[in-house]
Amino acid sequence: MATPAFAETGQDRTEPEPESAAVLIIACGALAREIDAITVANGLDHISLTCLPAILHNRPEKIPDAVRQAIHEGRRRGFERIAIAYADCGTGGYLDRVCEEEKVTRIAGPHCYAFYSGTDDFLARGEADMETFFLTDFLARQFEAFVIEPLGLDRHPELRDEYFGNYKRLVYLAQVEDAALEAKARAAADRLGLAFEKRVTGYGDLADFVRGV
Amino acid sequence: MADDDIVLSELSDDDLVAQMHDDLYDGLKEEVEEGTNILIERGWEPYNVLTRALVEAMRVVGDDFRDGILFVPEVLLSAKAMKGGMAILRPLLAETGAPKLGKMVIGTVKGDIHDIGQNLVGMMMEGAGFEVFNLGINNSVEDYLAALEEHRPDILGMSALLTTTMPYMKVVIDTLKDKGMRDDYIVLVGGAPLNEEFADAIGADAYCRDAAVAVETAQEFIRRRHNQPASA
Repeated sequence: MATPAFAETGQDRTEPEPESAAVLIIACGALAREIDAITVANGLDHISLTCLPAILHNRPEKIPDAVRQAIHEGRRRGFERIAIAYADCGTGGYLDRVCEEEKVTRIAGPHCYAFYSGTDDFLARGEADMETFFLTDFLARQFEAFVIEPLGLDRHPELRDEYFGNYKRLVYLAQVEDAALEAKARAAADRLGLAFEKRVTGYGDLADFVRGV
Repeated sequence: MADDDIVLSELSDDDLVAQMHDDLYDGLKEEVEEGTNILIERGWEPYNVLTRALVEAMRVVGDDFRDGILFVPEVLLSAKAMKGGMAILRPLLAETGAPKLGKMVIGTVKGDIHDIGQNLVGMMMEGAGFEVFNLGINNSVEDYLAALEEHRPDILGMSALLTTTMPYMKVVIDTLKDKGMRDDYIVLVGGAPLNEEFADAIGADAYCRDAAVAVETAQEFIRRRHNQPASA
């Protein structure tokens, strides 16, 4: 098993030839640690994990083709059962079209904030969360690389309010209790000039999805 | 001053405009403002300053963004610089009766607070000669209807960044249809998760993938509208 840190950068877990019961999960790199944790905790040895680079989120139009290629690669490796651990992630329905064409299932939800929170509950909150910027464990850990640097705030901090001026608070959706990550999330809120709130979600709908594939 | 070695006021008009293009591209707001003031003091028509010095530079920024040479932070800095110049020109343009291509009402849909894209569109549309009424964020059907009633625009622009909020555009368009008002407006939509297929499905006139396309699309629709016979 490769470390989650490898998976977050888009490298595959080293896998033996799949057995007939084997399932390949193709996931966003931002979910690598979490899926690893779920499979280990539940003894889901039949699941293999391939992750695409989480930074694709900054160019969501590239996600559907990248997933399709990963599906084809998975089939070439012999996997007959493949599941997609990506939310819609701003692909505007194109990812669902790929999943339909390739006959694979995808976890429901518009983005990972939703399925960690429980998609139904998240969507029901609606306007209550409209002015909220969300962090997950992954984003708290990778705040510099996935938020600050791509938005150019390391070079141009004066742009902060251009991006975040309409937000009121940062909600940290914690998958695990980790004081160091919480401190990072709090620091992120301070840096963005937002109020801080923590919600412990655990793995939410992701756990059911992984257990159910 | 744009640079230790360059004194803007000492440049010829052509060199100053070229320097302003560079400064706007580099997001140097104070230099763009200084150049704008110098051209006005030299007797330039505000409309010429807008189109030749500012809009032309922003067009290059838009092209380079589309081509992956510039990224969002750089575009935002350029936009801030252009805004600085436009703030100087806006009252002068009003005084001098600069040509107007049409009117646009624009706003992000209900539940969506992401207005960076629509602000860029509004600014570029204004630079292209449209009168723009920016409703800001989180607009309900009622907000749009009130703005249409008040401003009587040619164009309604709607923007959304979220997969969860973009369906609201259809709510607005369906309401316009129900009220028999849909054909009174050119409806343009934009935002990262949108595409042409979505725009077609909800009954918009066009999807605009960026600010430059929004301007070109608006100009084209206005041209077509003017070419229609009065009875059509």
